[in-house]
Amino acid sequence: MSVQPTMPKSWRVDTKPHKFCPGCGHGLVLKALGQAIDELDIQDRVVFGCDIGCSLLAWDFFNVDTVQTHHGRTNPVMTGIKRANPDLICIGYMGDGGGYAIGSQHLVNAATRNERITAILVNNAQYGMTGGQMAPTTLPGMKTETTPYGRDVDSTGYPCQGPEMVAAITREGAYVARASVARPVPLKNYIKRAIENQMSGNGFSFVECLSTCPTNWRTNNVETINFVEKEMTKYYNVGEIKVPDPKEPLGIKTSIKVPTGGIG
Amino acid sequence: MSKVIKIAMAGEGGQGVQSVAEIIAAAANDEGKECLYIPNFGVEQRGGVSIAFVQISDEAIGAPKFNTGDIVVALSERAVARTLQYVGPQTTFVYDASLNVSAEDLPKNAKRILEIPAVEISKNELSPRVFNIIIMGAVVGATGVISVEGAKLAIEKQLGAKFEKQPKLRELNFSAIDRGIDLVTKAG
Amino acid sequence: MSEKPIQGERRAFLTGNEVVAWAAVASEAEIMFGYPITPQNEIMHYWTRMAPKFNKRFLQTEDEISAGFTTNGGVLAGLKAFTATSGPGNTLMQEPISMAEMMRLPIVTIVQQRGGPSSATVIYSQQEVNLTTHGGNGEGLRIVYSTATHQELFDYTIKAFNTAWKYRFPTFVLGDGYQAKMREPLTIYDPEVRGIEMVPAYKFVGKPGKPGVDRPPTQLRNIFNMEEELFEELGEQFADFEKISPQIAECEQFGCENAEIVVTAHGIVARAAKSAVKDLRERGLKVGYFRPITLRPLPVKELRDTFSRAQKVLVAESANGQFDQLLKYAAYGITTEMVPLFKPGVGINSEDIYDKVMTMLAS
Repeated sequence: MSVQPTMPKSWRVDTKPHKFCPGCGHGLVLKALGQAIDELDIQDRVVFGCDIGCSLLAWDFFNVDTVQTHHGRTNPVMTGIKRANPDLICIGYMGDGGGYAIGSQHLVNAATRNERITAILVNNAQYGMTGGQMAPTTLPGMKTETTPYGRDVDSTGYPCQGPEMVAAITREGAYVARASVARPVPLKNYIKRAIENQMSGNGFSFVECLSTCPTNWRTNNVETINFVEKEMTKYYNVGEIKVPDPKEPLGIKTSIKVPTGGIG
Repeated sequence: MSKVIKIAMAGEGGQGVQSVAEIIAAAANDEGKECLYIPNFGVEQRGGVSIAFVQISDEAIGAPKFNTGDIVVALSERAVARTLQYVGPQTTFVYDASLNVSAEDLPKNAKRILEIPAVEISKNELSPRVFNIIIMGAVVGATGVISVEGAKLAIEKQLGAKFEKQPKLRELNFSAIDRGIDLVTKAG
Repeated sequence: MSEKPIQGERRAFLTGNEVVAWAAVASEAEIMFGYPITPQNEIMHYWTRMAPKFNKRFLQTEDEISAGFTTNGGVLAGLKAFTATSGPGNTLMQEPISMAEMMRLPIVTIVQQRGGPSSATVIYSQQEVNLTTHGGNGEGLRIVYSTATHQELFDYTIKAFNTAWKYRFPTFVLGDGYQAKMREPLTIYDPEVRGIEMVPAYKFVGKPGKPGVDRPPTQLRNIFNMEEELFEELGEQFADFEKISPQIAECEQFGCENAEIVVTAHGIVARAAKSAVKDLRERGLKVGYFRPITLRPLPVKELRDTFSRAQKVLVAESANGQFDQLLKYAAYGITTEMVPLFKPGVGINSEDIYDKVMTMLAS
C-alpha cells in the first residue's frame, strides 16, 4: 500500500487526481497555494481566477469560488471583483503567455494602479497548452515549436524579467517575488505573503513561479529538475524582490488640482 | 412639413456660436417648447468652422440636423462657404457686414439676405465681448421663436454669476440683445 | 444609504451622455468601468462627478478589453456594473462581451456609435449594428435596444439593467454620436414613482458560507473539454434566448395597415422617418412607419406582418445595409421589394426620406 501525501483542505477532492501532465509544476504551485489558503483560513473569502493556457485546468481545482477567464484577462476580472467587493481576496492564476504577452498591458496597469489583488504567474519557459511554442520567457537558444533552431535573441529578444518589471513600476506596498517549484517551502511562503499583503490592503502582490513542463521540454525527471534549477536560474533570480517597507509611508498624496473644462 | 423653426449658426472657434445656440435652445426649453440643439464636433471643431444646429417647435422634433434652415447665420468668410449647403428658398441668410465677401460668395437661392453690422456695433457702441449676444438678438428677432423676455432670462441663467460680480455686464448683454433684434426687424 | 439621486420626476434639458449617466444612477448601477473614446466620454465625466454624492464607484482602465472584463468582474461580485464605448472600442469590447455571453453575465454596455471602419470619424454613424448585435465569436446571445430620443435613452438605460439582471444576457443600449452630443428636453424620474421595479443584483462569487462545506463552490468556465459539452450548453442558451425573445422584442409603428410604402429605420434615423411619414400622410399618401426598438431580438412577427402587407419597404440607415441585412433575414420568404436609402456614417434628415418616398411613389 502506498502512502499518499495529504491534500490541502481547500482542494476539491472530487476533482482529483488533477488533469495536469505527469511532472507538471502546476500541481506543486497549486499545492502551495492550497496550503497558504488553509493556513490563512480564507477559503470562504477567496475568489480564484484562472487564465487560458494550462492554468485553465485549475478551474475546478479548489473548494473556492472560481472564475475561468480569457487568455490574459484574469487580472482585469480579478480587479473588477475586488473593486466591487473589497472584502473578497482575489487571486489570479496565469501562465507566462497570459501575464507577459497577451495580457501584459493588464499586468502593467494593475501593477501601476497598485490593485489590491494577488497575481500568481507560472513560468515554464514556453506555451504548454498550445503545444510548446516560444513564450516571452523562453531561454536564449532554447528549442520550441516556433523556434525549432533555438531562440535567437537578435530577432526575438531576451527572456522577460517580469517580477523585476513589476517591482520597478509598483509603489511602496507592493509585494513581488520569484519562487521555484524546486523549492516548495519558499514557494509556499512567498505565495502566503503575497496573499497577506493583499489582505492588509497594502498593494499589488505578484509571485512568478519557475515551473516545469516535461511534456513539451521532452525531458526526463532528472533533466526536468536540472533545467529549472540550473538553466532557468541563469536568467531568473529566485527570491523576494520587493517587500512592503513599513517605515515608508504607503502612497503619497496625489490629488493635484488641474484645470479642466467646466461641466459643473 | 410640420412647423419647426430651423436655425444654423456658423463661425470661427471663439466667436461663441455654440454658447448662443445653447442659450436659445435653453430659453425655448424654459418656455416649455420642444427643442433640439446639436453642435458639430470632432476633428472639424479643432481649427475648423464651428456650426450649431437648433430646432424649436411645439411638436416633437425629427432628425437632429436638417438640409435647409429657416435662418442661417455665418460669422466668417469660411463660415459663409461652409453654410451655403443649408440655404434654400425659405432661408433668411444673415452675415456680418465686416466680412470680406463679394456677391458671388453669398447664396443665390435665399429668401432674404441680411447684412448686419454686429462686429462694428460690438466694437464701437457696446463691447467686443457681447458680439455673440448681438447675433443672438438677430436670431431671436428674425424668427420670433422665443420671447425677448425668455431670451433675457436664459442669459441671466447662463451668466447670472458674472452679473452679480459686475452688474454692468447685465445691462451690456441686454442692450446687445435689443440691438440685435433691432438690426433685423428694422432691416425690414 | 445615500438619498435618491432623482426625487420624483422633473423635466431636464441635457445631452445624451448626461442622460445616460443620470439613468445609470437612477437604475441603482453601482460601478462603472470605462476607457476614453469619443463620443461617449461625457458619460464617464458625469458619472464620476455624481459618483461621490451617491456612493458610486468608477475605474478608468487601460483599454476597452479591460473595461469589459472588469465590468464582468463587477457583476460577478454582485454589483450592477456597466461600461460605455464606441467604434474601435466596441471592437475590443466584443472579447469581454463574448465571455459575458458564455457565462450569462448581466453586464450593461452603452454604445454611442461613431464612423467606421477603423477610427473613421468621432462623430456619428449606425455602423456598429453588426458588431453590437452579433459581435464576438458566437451567435449574438445579447439584447440590443436602439434608442431614438433622449427620453428613450433614459427609459431604456433603466430597462437595460432590468433586462440584463432578469434574463442574464449581456444588454446594450445602442445610441450614436448625435444622441451623445445633442441636447433636448426629457423627463427624468425615480423609477419607483413610475411603478418600475428594479430587479435586484445578486452575487455569483463571494456568497455567504464556506465553499465545499456550507455550499458548493461557484465555478464558472467558458471553455469545455468536449464539443458535445459545448453543444449541450449552447442548446440550452439558444432555447432560453428563443423563449424570452417575444417578451423582450419591441417595435413602434403607425399607418402600416393599408400602406403602399412602409418606411423602416432604427435609432435616431427613425426620428427622420417618423416626421417624414407624418408629413406624407398629411398629404393623404399611403405611407406607414415601422421601427424595431430591439435590434436583437428583432420583433420578427410584427415585422413580417407589416412587410408582407406593404407593396414596398424603404430601409433608411446611416450604414451600408447592416440594418437591412437583419431585416432581410427576419423577412425571409416575403417578396415585398426592399428599397435602400443608405448613407454610411452620415446623418439622414427628414427631407431625405420625404424626397425618396415621393420618388418611389412617382415611379
